[in-house]
Amino acid sequence: MNPTRTTDVVVIGGGQAGLAMSQCLTSRSIDHVVLERGDTANSWRTERWDSLRLLTPNWLARLPGWSYQGDDPDGYMSAVEVATYLDAYRISIGTPIRTGVEVTRITSSGGRHVVETDDGPWSARAVVVATGACSNPHVPSIAADMPDHIEHVTPIGYRNPSQLGEGGVLVVGASASGLQIADELGRSGLDVTLAVGDHVRLPRMYRGMDIHWWMDAVGQLDERYDEVDDLDRARRLPSLQLIGSPERRDLDLTTVAANGVALAGRLVGRNGQSAQFSGSFANMCTSADLKERRLLDRLDEYATSHGLDAELSEATRPAPTGSVPPLLEADLRSIDTIVWATGFRPTYPWLDSQLLDHKGRLVHDGGVLPVPGLYALGLPFMRRRKSSFLDGVGPDATELADHLVSYLAHSIARSHT
Amino acid sequence: MTITENNTVDNGVNVEALLGAREMLSGAPAAAQFTFSATNEWVNGTHSRSTVSEFFGLGDDQAHRQPYSVDTDHPGIFASEDNGPTPPEMVLMGLAGCLTAGVASVAQNRGIQLRSVKSTVEGALDVAGILGIDSDVRNGFGGIRVRFEIDADATRDEIQAVVAQSQKRSAVFDVVANPTAIVVEVV
Repeated sequence: MNPTRTTDVVVIGGGQAGLAMSQCLTSRSIDHVVLERGDTANSWRTERWDSLRLLTPNWLARLPGWSYQGDDPDGYMSAVEVATYLDAYRISIGTPIRTGVEVTRITSSGGRHVVETDDGPWSARAVVVATGACSNPHVPSIAADMPDHIEHVTPIGYRNPSQLGEGGVLVVGASASGLQIADELGRSGLDVTLAVGDHVRLPRMYRGMDIHWWMDAVGQLDERYDEVDDLDRARRLPSLQLIGSPERRDLDLTTVAANGVALAGRLVGRNGQSAQFSGSFANMCTSADLKERRLLDRLDEYATSHGLDAELSEATRPAPTGSVPPLLEADLRSIDTIVWATGFRPTYPWLDSQLLDHKGRLVHDGGVLPVPGLYALGLPFMRRRKSSFLDGVGPDATELADHLVSYLAHSIARSHT
Repeated sequence: MTITENNTVDNGVNVEALLGAREMLSGAPAAAQFTFSATNEWVNGTHSRSTVSEFFGLGDDQAHRQPYSVDTDHPGIFASEDNGPTPPEMVLMGLAGCLTAGVASVAQNRGIQLRSVKSTVEGALDVAGILGIDSDVRNGFGGIRVRFEIDADATRDEIQAVVAQSQKRSAVFDVVANPTAIVVEVV
C-alpha cells in the first residue's frame, strides 16, 4: 500500500464536475488531484443506455475554458460523445487524474482531511465531492413486494430492448429516463405499461427554437438557490420530459400512448397478482399541463418584451394531455420486467454520517459543507437550476473554487499566527 | 426569497403558522407522527354513531375543542331508517372537506383572495358489488368526480393550479386514490 500522499485539494470524481473544478483549481495554481473510480466520465461511458442523448443541445455544454467546437451545435451528444468531449477537456486542461481509484473513507480533523482509497491514503486541506447526481438509481421499497419471476432493471443497467425478454414490461417513472425507455420498448413491439407520477412536460421546440435556448435566454436555468421559494422542492423536481433526437421530436405521455404504451397512475402497491396504481393520474397530467402553459406564457412574454415576435414562428401550444382512462391495476403474471426509472439518490458510504441528513442527503449550503474545507459539486440545484447540467456546473465550480481558495488562504494565515 | 403576500388577502388561513409548523417538523420527524382515531357504537339496525375526540401528535395527546359525533345509516330504499349519511357519502364529504381546506390554504399562500368555493362530489357505485350480485364488481366507488366552482381574484389557470396543488397535498385524496393496509381485530 502506498504511503500517505499530500496535496492541497482532493477532488472525488472525474466527470464534468470534477474536471470543471480541476480547471478552476489549476487556473488558481492550487495543487490538487482528481480521484476517479473508473475512467474519465465513467458514468457516461458505462452506465447509460445505447440510444441516450443529452437533453440539452451541443452548444449548451460550456465548461470553464471549454466549449463545443463541432459542426452540429444544435444536435444532441450521445453518452459516448459526452465521454469523448470530457476526455478532450481533461487532456486540454491537463487534469492530474488518478483513474481506477475507489475512495473508501474520508476523515477530517484539525483542518486536514484524510481520503482513504484502495490505492492508499491522501491527505488534503480541502476535499470536493464531485461524484455526480446520477450514479445511484433509487429503487422504491415496493420493489421487494413484487413476485419472484420479475426481473428488475434500472436505467444504469438498461442498454436496449433486445436485453429484455418478450414478456410485458412495467416502466415505473415518467420523467426523461422512464419516458424514453418506455417509448423505445413500446416501439420495439413489447407490451409496455408506464406508471406515471409527478412529471414536468415540455415541448422539444417552441416557436422554432429549442426549449433549452428559451430557458437559457429567459434566465430560467440561472435561477439561484438562494432566490427560489422552496429549495427542497426545486431540488427534488423530476427531470424534464424531453429526448435529444436528430428529428427534434416531442416526447410526452400522448406520444408514447400513441405508440401503444399503456398509461397508469403511480405504482402504489401489490394486491395478490395485481400491481396497483394511484388514482391521481388525472391530476398529475393537469398539473404538468398547467406548469407547461405557465412556462410557455413566460417565454411568450419574453419574446414580446425583447421584440422577437417577428423573428420567431407562431406560437402553437401543445394539446392538453389526452384523457384516456389510465390503468388502476395490471396483472403481474404478464409482466416479466420492471424498469425502475424512479430517480437517483447519491450515496456517500465513505462520508461521516454526521454530514448527511436523516434521508442520507449531503447537508450543504450551495455546495459548502458544515465542516470547513469540505465541498460538494454537481448536485441538482446546488447553486442554480442548471447545477447538475453539463452546461451548469461551470459557474458553480468557479464560485466554489473562489470560496475554497479564500478558505485555504485564511487557514494558512491562521496556522502562521 | 419568500414573496411577501398582499396583506389584504384573507381566506382565514394562518399560512405563517402552517409554514412555521412545516419548518419545525422538518427538523423533528418524530413530532410529525400523528394518530387520528374515531370511536363508533352501534345504535340499531344500520344506524351507528361515530365520535372523534382525542388524537395524538407533536409527541403528545391532543384533543378537539369538543367531541364531534356523526350518525350514519342507510336510506329508506334499503329498508333502513335514514338517520344520517351513508358511510360512503361520509367518504365523499371527507374528500370535499379536505380538498376545500387545501384550496383555501394554497390560495392564501399564493396571495389569491377567495370569494366563494363550492364543490360537488359524485361517486359512482354499482351496488351489485356490496349486494353480492356480481363478484366482478367492486364494493367501492368505480370512480369519483369532483367539480369545483370557485370565485376568486385569479385567472382560470391560477385557480386550476390551486386545485391541482390541493389534490397533491390532500390526505383524503391519497387515502381514496391509493391502497392502504387495514388490520381489523376483534378484542
